Amino acid sequence: MATRTQAAPTTWPHLGLGARRALWAYAFLLVPLAFFLAIRLAPAASSLYISLHEWNIISPEKPFVGLRNFQTLLADPRFARAALNTVRYVAVGIPAQIVLGLLLAMALRRVTRLRGLFRALYFMPFVTPVVAAAWVWQWMYSEQFGPLNSILVALGLPTLQFLRSPGQALYAITAMIVWQYLGFQIVIFLAGLEAIPRVYYEAAEVDGASGWQLFRHVTIPLLNPTLVFSIVYSTIIYLQLFTQVLNMTFQDQGGPLASTLTLVLYVYQLGFQRFRMGEAAAATAVLFAVILAITLLQMKILSKPVEY
Amino acid sequence: MKHVLALLAAVGLLLGLASVGATQQQVTITYWQYFFESKVRLIDQLIPQFQAQNPGIRVVHENFPYDTYNQKVASAVPAGQGPDVINLFYGWVPLYVDSGYLQPLPTDAFPVQELEREFVPMLRNSRFDGKYWALPTAVRSLAMFYNDDLLARAGVARAPVTWDEFLVAAEKTTVRDAAGRIQVEGFGIAPGGQDHHLIREVLFRQWGAAPYSPDGRRVTYATPQGAEALRWYTDLITRHKVGAIDFFPGANGYRNAFMAGRAAMIFDGSFAIGAIRGGTRAKWGVAPLPRRSAGGEASNFGSYWVHGLTVRATGPKRDAAIRFLKFLVSPEVQRVWLERVGELPASRSLVSDARLANDAVFGPFIQGLAYSRATFFVDETAQRQVLMDAVNEVVVNNKSPMQALQEAAAKEQKILDDFWTKRAKKQ
Amino acid sequence: MATRARFDPKVALIYAVLAAGTVVVAFPFFWMLSSALKPPMEIFDLRFLPQQPTLDNIRVVLTRTQFPRWFWNSFVVAAITTLSVAFFDSLVGYALAKLRFWGREVIFVLILATLMIPTEMLVIPWYILSSSQGWINTYWGIMFPGLITAFGIFLVRQFMSGVPDELLDAGRIDGVSEFGLYWRIALPQIKPAMAALCIFTFLGNWNAFLWPMIVIQSASMRTLPVGIALFSGEAGSLWHLIMASSALAVIPVLLVFAVLQRQIIEGIVLTGLKN
Repeated sequence: MATRTQAAPTTWPHLGLGARRALWAYAFLLVPLAFFLAIRLAPAASSLYISLHEWNIISPEKPFVGLRNFQTLLADPRFARAALNTVRYVAVGIPAQIVLGLLLAMALRRVTRLRGLFRALYFMPFVTPVVAAAWVWQWMYSEQFGPLNSILVALGLPTLQFLRSPGQALYAITAMIVWQYLGFQIVIFLAGLEAIPRVYYEAAEVDGASGWQLFRHVTIPLLNPTLVFSIVYSTIIYLQLFTQVLNMTFQDQGGPLASTLTLVLYVYQLGFQRFRMGEAAAATAVLFAVILAITLLQMKILSKPVEY
Repeated sequence: MKHVLALLAAVGLLLGLASVGATQQQVTITYWQYFFESKVRLIDQLIPQFQAQNPGIRVVHENFPYDTYNQKVASAVPAGQGPDVINLFYGWVPLYVDSGYLQPLPTDAFPVQELEREFVPMLRNSRFDGKYWALPTAVRSLAMFYNDDLLARAGVARAPVTWDEFLVAAEKTTVRDAAGRIQVEGFGIAPGGQDHHLIREVLFRQWGAAPYSPDGRRVTYATPQGAEALRWYTDLITRHKVGAIDFFPGANGYRNAFMAGRAAMIFDGSFAIGAIRGGTRAKWGVAPLPRRSAGGEASNFGSYWVHGLTVRATGPKRDAAIRFLKFLVSPEVQRVWLERVGELPASRSLVSDARLANDAVFGPFIQGLAYSRATFFVDETAQRQVLMDAVNEVVVNNKSPMQALQEAAAKEQKILDDFWTKRAKKQ
Repeated sequence: MATRARFDPKVALIYAVLAAGTVVVAFPFFWMLSSALKPPMEIFDLRFLPQQPTLDNIRVVLTRTQFPRWFWNSFVVAAITTLSVAFFDSLVGYALAKLRFWGREVIFVLILATLMIPTEMLVIPWYILSSSQGWINTYWGIMFPGLITAFGIFLVRQFMSGVPDELLDAGRIDGVSEFGLYWRIALPQIKPAMAALCIFTFLGNWNAFLWPMIVIQSASMRTLPVGIALFSGEAGSLWHLIMASSALAVIPVLLVFAVLQRQIIEGIVLTGLKN
């Protein structure tokens, strides 16, 4: 049914092959781009507009205040804390997620018996609703009842406070987030590994390459598009962490003492709990600039053309 | 054509007669509240009753999850959407008024003297700009829930009346394992639950520090007395170890711990009665909040959800909305509300009903209402955070209570100043 | 793969490690299941297995709430969105990876940029738009923001870049149209990625909370997460019902996963095209 459209381009014989293909590309992109402009980019622009105004959401007036919202942010220690925390989540979480995800995906590919069951079990974390998962993780970290502390007690060691300690809470939550995204990461890597043509392994094995050499010189280069995707996308996600942190620290959101607060949680509290939409939009603008810069940098460093 | 008109006029006249005093046309108004199963069910039953009494008015009732109610409202308002009558927490009234979203209650339908005579005195705390903007059907206060079985097992004969007795009872009922980990809390401590209200309106006051200036614009709790009150509270965690923050996870872990028999005493609001009644294994009871000495100053935190008229209600909708609001806060509705939702009526006469005051469960809350204060919040989320952080600064960061309190007062003062300077600029 | 039938100590070790790992990764999931089967009074007992297992929670959720309705609403939204995403995202991803045209890089960055504004900041403009268009409280209103996603475009673009140009050129010589190249030649090459995309899109919409909560007005339009949120309220959280409804909600996602993960394994693998 799809092939019926094929007659269209041939009706412009004066166009070159490249131009015709470009026209096709624009045709493919037309609806999606219009969609993104209307649904994502225009609202984003309106958010930028609001960042220069004072707006408490409810009031119809939005007086222009210049950069005052940004100044207010800079003067708020919670904002600095949220920014620093967010960087920490990324710095610890992304490497852990990528390395563990790749190792587990490669291991899962070796499995032939109960293959579906194993894969389903490793996908579970991503399926478990965050509210339920966060509840169980809080029990696991509990100083009084948690199995982790029970192990420490059994070993005669002092207990750890985990979520109650400003020094440990962020890492405890990072572990929960990595656990959750492993399910996602493994599926992505499984798909990526499957896309590597087997001939390359076969050819390298004929040349007598060892397991590590295969990994280093076949898997990693050919997995590059998947790796780029995983790192860039996950970084964008981690820079916008919200739900998991909210559910892990429900009574004292982002606590204790703002030690787990993220930028988006900060934005949420400002905008929707305290109705300071102007400041929330300013914080969003800062976040956007940071994500954009990091993404562009990552794309530049990581992307390599695939060479067969 | 003329015949048709005449017929229509006749029908109209008949309908008009049938609904004496009601608006002539069909008016539809919308009411929003958060989801609370018994309230949602009750309102669904009350609406047909109201519509029968007021032909020509149709009420659409919509409700949203509690945790995100605020956000739902905030998203709808900029689009010019939203209800005509809205249910909101009294602490949000200043913000909503400041934003121009609520209209003042018309004094002809709601004369001020009448309101102040009929409703519990706490209502005055929601007066803003010299006007009333919204009214409650029911009110809340705090009390102590205690686990009878745990107290009896620990040899505590009756519920504590003073804070000293409370501490003794908490120490006796606390159970720790070999490693010193609390297995049963003497006190289900929860700064993020109701305890921040307790610190603000009860402990500070009883220790001799008024939390705010009478006009509510200055923070005044950072005094040696205030620091002593905070120290007394934080000592429960650090020195006496009778409770642990986040002992149970989740939004209301302290209450869950109590219901599971893992906390001997908690402080909670009257809105928790239903949940505790339905889910507690042990024998339990309710007692008034302790005081420093048997005859010492009593204090309590009161709060309430109110129904207000939004600026969307204009013309015939406004008349209909006023009628519905009157209906919602009427003594009849307050009475069913008490029966079906279990919340204390907001009317002075109903609340002083002897049967209610002597009720084992409701009694202590009713008593508390007499000396309850509703904190004048301008930014409830931020003000709550300030006190939670003050507790953590002492408990986790080992700061002195005085230093923690000074920092807290400075932060809270800034929040108040922010609000009032912006407000002043607008007028 | 089938040649690995004989005992191989390395593979045995992999099995052992993976089996041990499942305990960690699946523990919270099974705790959720066990909590779903506990009577309310046992919910805080912290025993892994229920003392007196009961189906009461499940029964309450299914019969005393509007769970079936929520379930259906979520299913409609997730299914339609997944179809739309699968089509549009793969089309755009293909164009970005395999067609050469002016502005390609800029458009790609622009699309990525749409991921960089948190949903929390978009809901108000979306609500204003929905309100002006009459989309409030409709299926369309719930799903329109997710009908095309930058996530999927990015994913498809990456995988499409691995599809050899020779394959497409061969198709062109055979007179296949540009759309046909995408649909009949390129798309089948990235089946594993498409399967992953469908799983994640379905799951993402199945679990979406914030925007549906805001755009839904009436009880009958609530989706699963919005409905489940009603179990936590001012008077506390009904964990036994949250766990039971969450456990029920997971079933279709697992079914989707079970069906589609075969595609990930059985994805077509190219052999020696270059040579």
